[in-house]
Formats: sequence, structure tokens, C-alpha cells
Amino acid sequence: MSKIKCQCGHDNPFGTVLCEKCGRPMTEEAKKSEVVDMRYEGSARRSQTYKRSIIDKVWNFFSSVKIGVSIIVAVLVTSAIGTLFPQKFYVPVNQDSPAELLAYYERLYGFIGTIYYKLGFYDMYNSWWFKILIGMLGTSIIIASLDRVIPLYKSLKKQRTKRHASFMKRQRIYGEGRSENADSALTKAEEKLKEMKYNVKTEDGAILAEKNRFSRWGPYVNHTGLIIFLFGVLLRGIPGFYVDETMWIREGELRAIPGAPDFYLESNDFKIEYYSKEEASEVFGEALDRVGQIVKKYQTDVTLYKKKEEGLVGSSDLDVVKDYSIIVNKPLKFDGYNVFQMDYRLAELKSMTMQLIEKKTGKSFGQFTIDLDDPEGVYKLNDGAQVDLIGYYADYNGVENGEPVSKSPIPNNPAFIFEMKTPEKPKGEKSFVAIQQTLETEENAYAVKFVGADTRDISGLTIRKDKTLYILLLGGLIFMIGVIQGSYWNHRRIWVQKGENGELMLAAHTNKNWFSLKKEINAVKEYADLPNYEDRQDNESSIEQEEGEK
Amino acid sequence: MSLASLSSNLLLVSFIAYLVATLFFGGAVKGAKSESSYKNNRWGKIGIVITIIGFITHLGYFITRWMASGHAPMSNMFEFTTAFGMMLVGAFILLFFLYRTPSLGLFALPIAIIIIGYASMFPTEITPLIPALQSHWLAVHVITTVVGEAILAISAVAGLIYLLKHIDMSKPSKQRFWLEAVIFTLVLVLGFVVSSTTFKLTGYEAHFTYIDKNQAPAKIEYNYPPLFGMNGYEALTPEAMTPWAEMPAVVNAKTLTSFVWSVATGIVLYLLLRLIFRKPIASIFQPFAKKANSQLMDEIGYRSVLIGFPVFTLGALIFAMIWAHEAWSRFWGWDPKEVWALITWLFYAAFLHLRLSKGWEGKKSAWLAVIGFIIIMFNLIAVNLIIAGLHSYA
Repeated sequence: MSKIKCQCGHDNPFGTVLCEKCGRPMTEEAKKSEVVDMRYEGSARRSQTYKRSIIDKVWNFFSSVKIGVSIIVAVLVTSAIGTLFPQKFYVPVNQDSPAELLAYYERLYGFIGTIYYKLGFYDMYNSWWFKILIGMLGTSIIIASLDRVIPLYKSLKKQRTKRHASFMKRQRIYGEGRSENADSALTKAEEKLKEMKYNVKTEDGAILAEKNRFSRWGPYVNHTGLIIFLFGVLLRGIPGFYVDETMWIREGELRAIPGAPDFYLESNDFKIEYYSKEEASEVFGEALDRVGQIVKKYQTDVTLYKKKEEGLVGSSDLDVVKDYSIIVNKPLKFDGYNVFQMDYRLAELKSMTMQLIEKKTGKSFGQFTIDLDDPEGVYKLNDGAQVDLIGYYADYNGVENGEPVSKSPIPNNPAFIFEMKTPEKPKGEKSFVAIQQTLETEENAYAVKFVGADTRDISGLTIRKDKTLYILLLGGLIFMIGVIQGSYWNHRRIWVQKGENGELMLAAHTNKNWFSLKKEINAVKEYADLPNYEDRQDNESSIEQEEGEK
Repeated sequence: MSLASLSSNLLLVSFIAYLVATLFFGGAVKGAKSESSYKNNRWGKIGIVITIIGFITHLGYFITRWMASGHAPMSNMFEFTTAFGMMLVGAFILLFFLYRTPSLGLFALPIAIIIIGYASMFPTEITPLIPALQSHWLAVHVITTVVGEAILAISAVAGLIYLLKHIDMSKPSKQRFWLEAVIFTLVLVLGFVVSSTTFKLTGYEAHFTYIDKNQAPAKIEYNYPPLFGMNGYEALTPEAMTPWAEMPAVVNAKTLTSFVWSVATGIVLYLLLRLIFRKPIASIFQPFAKKANSQLMDEIGYRSVLIGFPVFTLGALIFAMIWAHEAWSRFWGWDPKEVWALITWLFYAAFLHLRLSKGWEGKKSAWLAVIGFIIIMFNLIAVNLIIAGLHSYA
């Protein structure tokens, strides 16, 4: 690798625009320009220097800000398209059935909906092209940062206090003028700059005052945070880092928690509370009148159990861990897991109470209760009577081929076939009983009558364990530090030096916020009697400055 | 007087204060001969004092409403938008003391006034919190987000001033067209306020039943004469107007009706203004922008993005993710509001990169700032009203 030797004697890496030490322009272009591009201190960036091999080309592609911004815009546009219609996971149909999904989009959004589905926009954020875009964004962040931060660091470290006049003259803020006493002006400037918290270095009739260099690292720190965040997101694909399960649990039920081995949950109660007018009519009355009922709380009271060590599966081998009321915004937390209140169903049938009567007299032989989850076969009643349950259809859905059929095991519409045995009819009579319906093969003397039913609520819970959360949080934190570091401080440099003929030269640079820099320079200028300067990008102010002096 | 009514009176006071302060800033800009003289103008000083009084009463509205309801007043469209207006004024005060520019106030305050006016068109009564919102994160997440968005919006105000100053309104050009379009949009918002207030004062109501998206029957009340009917609508108030057309289930015909009324009123307003002044509306404001220093406006536009971007990231993304994880079990769920917060963030990230590395300053930067504000407003208004999602609280 060839080096570029500057007149000041410093060896610069190939590709350098401004000498790392003295700031002399090294390229023809820089020599011709009136104000040099100070963005990366004119340092040799890999992407600007090597352009031959495939690796160079890939590197140069991703290090370009133009490409980076294009990727950002591409992510932005695809994200926006994804909000046009609801995404797949918000659509209330069977998620695994393409036909149902297509039908949904077609029914609601017509032709455009069909196209939206066909192009895969209905699942935009899980599509391969979206993932590739995010991958490219990550690559671009890494390469673009490396391409800039290393040379920038080197040249800021190597910068000399005394700069060449050609560097000074090409700064956006520059001024020169005769001075009665250049040396005392320099001393005074140094004093004032130090008072303004500048880091002042002197060398042979030259001053370099520098402030807040650390803010230059802000972008690279925040990019590091973003990369850590994206890395955390990537980890979620690895099994064990991430658990996402749902469970439906009925009141009174004890179930193993999916995704959390050895843990069991029992639901003691589910309730919904509404805002009542009594409690807050003065404040909320008007809103309640307009909207109607407003939910105050969804709550599932649970007991968490853990399997005893070396214990067998079964309730007797469980230890109670804790009782807890899960409400929205207050998940149950244990062992890195979170259990959230997400959904509910009210009033599922739990049990039905029946009684056996003699039709003629209405005489009752007593009541019996059928547990719909686990019906017993035989119910013994008073006076030697008994009812045998010989058929149970939890979700009765009519008769097929002479047999009653059940649509599902959930007791939405329970139906039974009973055999009623009494001392008078010891052989028994058969009866088919469903809700609002009784069928008998022949006229019976006895009948099973519905007395009442118990219901229970079901809670829909989500179980999450996410080991990547801390990585994501760390990424977010580093991003915030970096973005604050880069945004709320500015790197300012002021150069003052004596020229060859005893004149004073003044130049300054900041990465942003030029007005505040100029305010500071003005303060130093007044105190130390430095020459007037010019901001080459702000004609309006310069004119006014002159007017003010007239 | 109850806390709740004290609260709405304070809001009214601040609204009037902003109106008066605008006039003073106008005087400051008009009377000044040059940049340096208008910085220390007496009118400008009175203007900022009145603005601060308005801001304090506005803050008083916020605090008393918080006390009355027991939760941060950030839970529906009215509360959120009013707070946005308040923070916009707050952000202006901050930048005023950094740069001392009455021009900024002259344009920031009217925009805040329009925003507060817009907010007041929504139901203003205090609503109890639904379970998902019952969390301290409501205050933390929403306040931070609004502060961030308000500071970012100042960038658009500075951008607008820059554009008004630099775009030649005497000759037709693309930029002239779009600048006038921005002003036209502001007039449309005014159209919404005017039409909504008119029908509210006359107490217009029309009730319908209809069939919703999930094919279930539902009821709806219109406060505008119904131009469009909901899917399968039947009128419950036959004396009200019969809708022109029935909409499919995915279109909220009520929103569409309000929209069409607002746009129609806005167009009438705009045409009236054009007839009265006989020139593009943007050029009426132009003289007020001429006094502003271009570099300064450019820097304010940039600086407010620099100040606002970290705040916005913290509130709208980081706090949002933490709360989403707590309330909805996942930190990110591609809900439309979340996606649009990400879009806003990506947009300003692109803005900063273009500015830092591609040297997009001046007009380009000003246009980007204005577009950023449009994205923020889109997320605030359109995503809530048009794209249904978890965040549709209004």
C-alpha cells in the first residue's frame, strides 16, 4: 500500500484528502475547492479508495449513505403498505387456511384485497423480502459505520495544533487580519477559550481549541445499539430463547402450563368489572351515558403450582408457589415466564342438575348433578330409584344414522340418554334428553326433568418467556446513549494562529449548530481582539454583522 | 366550580392567549426592520409573555383534568391532540429562548390553535380507562411521545417559514403548487372545525342500524347529514336525510361523511379566501416570513429534529415496547399505530442521514421537515380514524 507524503513530512494512508496532521489538501479536487468537505476530516475511507475486487464493490455498496437511505425508505414504504389492510394475524379466520384468508380479503376488500393477498402483503412483516431488507439494513449499518469511524478516529487523534494556511482558508468560518500584538491576542484567546471549557492546545504561535469531541462518536454508538437490538431479534428464532404459548383455562380447572414444564396453573375465578355510575358519576357520568358500559377490569384469580422434585405427575405432588390475580397490565411473573390476561369466554356449562319424577303424580325421587366434564355412569336416588347415564353428547348436533352425534367435546349443547330405574320399573325406561327437548321410544311413566345448571368462565392466557428482552433493552439503551451523545452536544474546533507575516488567522468548524459556535467565537473575538471572520454559507448574517458595525 | 369545569375554562383561556400572542408576534415581525432589531422587539417580548401565560394555563388544564379523572389526560383523541398542541407551544417556547425568533411564534402558534380547535371537535368528556390503559406507562409513554412529536413539529414550522421565504409565489412552479397545497390542507382542517361546530350547534342527529365487518348488526349515530350510509343501513330517524349511497362494510361511512363535509367546507373557505385576496394564500403569509434569517430557520429546523428525535425514539418506540410487553404480552405486534411510529422514526432517520452525509440543507431539508409533520399527523388522525387497530381509543 503506497503512502502519500505531505509537505509537512507526515505519511498519510492512500486515499487521504486532507493531511491528517496539518490539513493541507492532498487531492486536486480539494485544492480547487473554496470550502473543503470536513465531514470525515478528509480521511482515507476504504470505500472511497478501493474499488476493484468484488469485496470492494460489496463494501462500497453497503457503505454508501445513498444506499443506506434507500434501504430505510424501502423498509418505510413496505411497512406502510402492510398497514393498508389488516395483517394476517389480526384477521379472525383460521390462520392455517389460505382459502379462508383469501376469502376474507376478497369479501371485505374486493379485487384489491385479492391482489393484496396474492402479492403476500397480508403477511408483509414475515415475508422473505421484508426480512432481506432488514438484513441489508443491518449490514449497511455495520459497514457504513466501520468505513467512517476508524479513519475519523485516526485523523482526529493525529491532528496537529498548527495547521497549514491552505487548510485554514478552506474552512467555512474563516477570517484574517493584521494585529497590533498578535502574541498577546493569542494569549488572551487561549485564556478566554479555556474559560469557555475548551480544550486548548498550543504550538508555535497556533491555538487549537476543541470541545465535545465525544459527540462525534454518537452515531457509531447508536448504530452499535441498533445492531445489538437486531441481533436480539435474530436470537428469537433459536429454540429456548423464546416461548409464546396460549392456554384456555376454566374456573376450577388445574392445567399444566404449556411451554413451562413442571408448572401448573389453577383458575379460581374469572371476573369482569364495569365502571358503575355510583362510583364516579360526577366525573365519568357523561361518558358512560354516551358510550354505555365501559369495562374496568378483566381478572383471573389463579394459583400457581410447581411439581415436587422427584414427584409424579398428579395434584398430590404439587407445591403451591403463589396465589395471584392476573389483570391486564399486571401479568403473573415466575421463573422468567409471564402469564398475561388476554381473552375470556363467559358462562360455559359446567354441570346440570336434574331430577327424576313420576309423571302422573309429579313425585320427585330427588335431584342429581351431572358434571359435564366427567359424567358418572350411575346416579343413586331416594326410594331405591336410580338413573343410569348411558349416552352423553357434549355438543349435540342432531341425529345421523339413527345415532345422536356430538360436534365437539365442549359442552355447548349437552344431550343425554338416561335409563330410569325405579322399584316399579326395575328393568328401566329409556329417555333422550336435550335442552328443550325430550324423546321417548314409548310412553314412559317416569321422566328426568332439568332443574338448573352451573356455568363457569374461561380465561384465555398467554404464556411468554423471552430471554432476548434484556439484549433488546441493552440495544435500546445503547442506542439512546449514542443518539443523545450525538444530538445534544456538538464537536467544535477553533483555530487561531499567526501567519508568516504576523497577521492573525481564525478558522472554525463544527459538525452542526453553527449559530452557537459563532456566538462563542464572537465572545473570544471581542475579548482577544481577533480579526473579523466570514461564514461562507450565511450571507444574510454576514451582511447584518457588517451593518451592525457601521 | 368542579375541577373538570375549571379544567375546560383554563383550556379556553390558553386558547385565547395563543390567539392574542399571535397578533403580537405579527406586530413584532411587521414592525422590525431587520433580523437584529426584531430579536429584541417590544412586541415580541409581550408576545412571548402572553404565550407563556397561555402555556401555563394550558398546563393548568392538563393538571386539573388529571386530578379530576385520576389518570393522565392522554387517553382519547381530544386529550391526546390537545396535549400535542400544548407541547407544540412548549417546544416553541424552548426554541424561542434558544434563538429569539418572533417569526417562529407567528407560525407555530396558529398551527397550535388549529390543532386545539381540531381536538375540541371530538367528545371532550372525561372517559374512564379501559383495562389496557390502566398503567403508569400511559403517562410515561404518551407524554414522552407527544413531547417528541411536538419538537419534531417545530422543525416543520421552521421549514414552512423557510419555504415561504424562498419559494417564488409569483410564477407557477412545482414547489409553489405544493406549498399552496400545504396551506390548503390547513384550510381543510379549518373546514372540519367550522362544519363540525355548525352541526353541533344546530344539534343535528341521525341514527341508523347497519351490518358491520363481521356481519353482526350494529348501531351508529351521525352528527352530520348522512351523505353516505353504512353497509346495509336502515334509518331509525326517518326525518333525517336519506344517504346518497350505501358503502361496503369496510368503509366507515360516518367517517367518510364527516370527511366529505369537511373537505367541501374547506374548499368553500379556500375559494372565498382566494376571491377576497385574489392571489395564492401562501403569498399572503409570505411577507411575514421574509424577515426570518434563512440560515437560522434552517438551523432551527435541523436542531429541533436533533432534539426531538431522541425524545421521540424513547417515547414512541422504547417506552412503547416496554409497555406493549407488559399489557399485550409482546413488545412489538405490527399494529398499525406501532408501524406508523416506526415509519415516522425511519423517516427522521433518513432526514438526518440525508442532511449529515448528503448535505441536504435549505429547501430540501425544509420540505422533508414538512413531510415529517404530515406523517406525524397521519399517524395521529388517519391511523386512529381510518385504519382500525389496538390503538383506536377515540
